[in-house]
Formats: sequence, structure tokens, C-alpha cells
Amino acid sequence: MNLLSKKSQQVFKDPLMNNNPITLQVLGICSALAVTVKMETAVVMALAVTAVISLSNLMIAALRNFIPGKVRIIIQLSVIASLVIVADQILKAYLYDVSKQLSVFVGLIITNCIVMGRAEAFAMQNPPGKALLDGLGNGLGYGMILIVVAFFRELLGSGSIAGFKVIPESFYASGYENMGLMVLAPGAFIILGLIVWIQRIITGIEEE
Amino acid sequence: MRSNSYTLIFTAAVTIVLGLLLSLSSTALKQRQDLNIENDIKKNILQSLGFSASKEKPWNTETVQTLFAENIIGIVVDEKGKTVKGKQPQDLNPDTDPNLYPVFIKKINGQVEGYAIPISGKGLWSTIYGYFAFEPDGKTVKGLTFYKHGETPGLGGELEKQWFRDNFIGKRFIDEKNKLVSIQIVKGKVDNNSENAFHQVDGISGATMTAKGINIFLLKNLQNYEGYFSEVRAGGGI
Repeated sequence: MNLLSKKSQQVFKDPLMNNNPITLQVLGICSALAVTVKMETAVVMALAVTAVISLSNLMIAALRNFIPGKVRIIIQLSVIASLVIVADQILKAYLYDVSKQLSVFVGLIITNCIVMGRAEAFAMQNPPGKALLDGLGNGLGYGMILIVVAFFRELLGSGSIAGFKVIPESFYASGYENMGLMVLAPGAFIILGLIVWIQRIITGIEEE
Repeated sequence: MRSNSYTLIFTAAVTIVLGLLLSLSSTALKQRQDLNIENDIKKNILQSLGFSASKEKPWNTETVQTLFAENIIGIVVDEKGKTVKGKQPQDLNPDTDPNLYPVFIKKINGQVEGYAIPISGKGLWSTIYGYFAFEPDGKTVKGLTFYKHGETPGLGGELEKQWFRDNFIGKRFIDEKNKLVSIQIVKGKVDNNSENAFHQVDGISGATMTAKGINIFLLKNLQNYEGYFSEVRAGGGI
């Protein structure tokens, strides 16, 4: 298979925009709300999920002709769960501070519908190379939304971008205040809703 | 349809391979993870005692280890405040030594500059862990840190923020009559004209219950060290 062919490009690009797992399929919302208070956590979470989806897709696609139909969900789940635990261990060893902030949400990647959904819907029917691309695309599509949401939440909620203060002190002195709502889950819901709205205007997709 | 024995063998093989992968990653990374946890605690002890990171010297494993080794001495005290000889804070086991407490002393060039003690207790959702440091006079707060908690980010979670922790610095937890009064987090701002202002700090809006928890456990933790505080005030305690 040619990795740069039109078809494989489609496999990679589709989930980034036209078939985005968060804004279109509305999957993985829980973690999108939880880890988007700051950009740093959102970026690390995006990378962790991308790594897990790509590798689980790759492994399951490689095994797809050998996995017995009766136990396929269990096999998929054990592959995903093992990869998530490894990802969590690596974060604890190399990015301790971030992993402390992400707390349970790394472990909860196991239950992220996107990962399981791609394994069952795509990796079980496609060759490993294509499945890997699909995983990367979906992971990045998820991560992209996470980072956009985190950008606005951090800017409006804490007055900073990726940890750097961008709202000058003089603003605070003259009465500007950070929006406490943005730090809480409702803030993420509102921003996510706006993103879904804008994205659907662009792609022109309507619910039936 | 594949046979049952194929299914069994296949699942067993997958389990073994994945199990191997997991135990490998766990053993390979264990040492680094333990080091991170230990470092995080040491970093908090240092921070509570007034050490801070700079651009040239960010908090990394190396700086934390050197600063700690050079400037901090760990001792163990009993409930009367007497030093227990031959024991180190890391030897303490809460199950066998319920009345022994660790103290970390900041000593620079032979001069004691402060003491740090561990604090922990229930907030609203979780157990909060941290360090409480006081000046060599035995009654003024030098610093405070929290390194582990599960409070709501943005509300109770603000307790780990600098502005909140800085509130405590310079407050006194012992009153004029040498009675332990602890530090009290009030609702809203402290009224500076009140006679209690010396041991009160500003609260976090939206985190009344977390503050209530801290008030309760801080007093309880400090009571364990009451004997030690008077030792320090009398000029001893090392």
C-alpha cells in the first residue's frame, strides 16, 4: 500500500476535520472537559491519546485475521488497556508534574470511546499501515480540539497561554477579572459547543 | 467459526505477551518514578522553607537533591518536643511510632533559618498533603506548600497557588500568652483592625469547605508539635 496515495491521505485527513471524533462524532467529551483547563495538560493528553490510538490500531490490525470473533472485544480492550498503563507509567517517570495534574484521566483513556471505536470500526477491517494512519488522524483530530478548547479556557480563565501571563497587570489593576466560569466544566461545554457550531457551518453538515 | 481451543490458546498467548510488556515497563520505570515522588516531597520541604526556583536554577532533580543535602537536616521529635536520638524521618512508621513526628531544619552556615513539618488532613473531596514551615522564633509562619490533593481545580484547588500560600507568611500561630491558636482561613478578606488578624488569612472564594478542612487539620497537626514549639521558643529543639 502506498502511504502517500490519495486514499490514505483521506484516511488521515478525514478525522481531522470532516469526521472529527469530538465535534462530529461527539466522542471523548468527558476527557475534553476535564483536562482542558490549561494548554500544557491538554497537549500531553493529546499526545498520550494519539500514541494509544495509533499503536492499538496498528496492533489490532496486525492481529485482525487471527482474533477469534467471539472474544474480539476483550482482546481489543486488553491491548488498549495495556498500552494506556504503559503510557501512564512513562508519564509518571518522565513528566511527573504533568501526570500529577492529569491524575486519573490518563487511566481513563481506556474508556475513551474513540480508541475502542477505531479499533472495532476500522482496525478490524483494514491493513496495519492504513490503521496506523487512521489512528494518528483520529488522535490528532481529538488533540486539536482539546488544544483549541484549552487555549480559550486558559486565556479567559487564568489570563495566560501555555503558562505565560498574557493579560498585563495593568488590566487587573483597572478592574479586569479572570472568568472563573472558564476554569469549571461549564466553561468547557460552552466553548466546545461554539466549536461544534463553527465547524458545522464550515463543513456544512446537518443533523437529520 | 474457530474452535474453542483455538480461542483459548489465542487469548492465553495475548495475555502472556501483554503481561510481559506491562511488567517490563513497570520494572524499567520504577526507579525513576520513586525518585520523582521523593523529589517532589523534598521540593515541597524546600519551598516551604523559602527556597525558590530561578531561571538559572529551575527545579530539577539535581537542584532539589543538592539543596536538600546541603541545607536540610531531618530529626524526629516526640510529643513532648524532645529530639529522639538515632532516628531519621524516613525511619518513621505511623503504625509503630504514633507519637513520633518528623521535623526538617533549614540550617545555613550553622545558623538555623527555619523548621518544616508535614501536614495532612481532609479537605472537601480529598486528603490534602503539604508542609508547614516556621521561623526560628517558634511562632511565626515561614511558608506553606501543598503537594497532593484532589480539590476542585479553580476552587479548592487554588490552595496550591502562590498568592494563597503567601498569605500565610509572617502570620503567627502562637498568641501573646504562648497559646497555640493555629492559622485560620477566614471567609473573604481579613479585617486588619480585628485583634485576631495576626493569625488569620484571606479565604478562597468558592472554597469555604476546603478552607474549613484546612483549619481543622492544621490545628490538629500543630497540636502534635506543641511541645516542640515551646522547645524551639526556649532556644532548643535541635
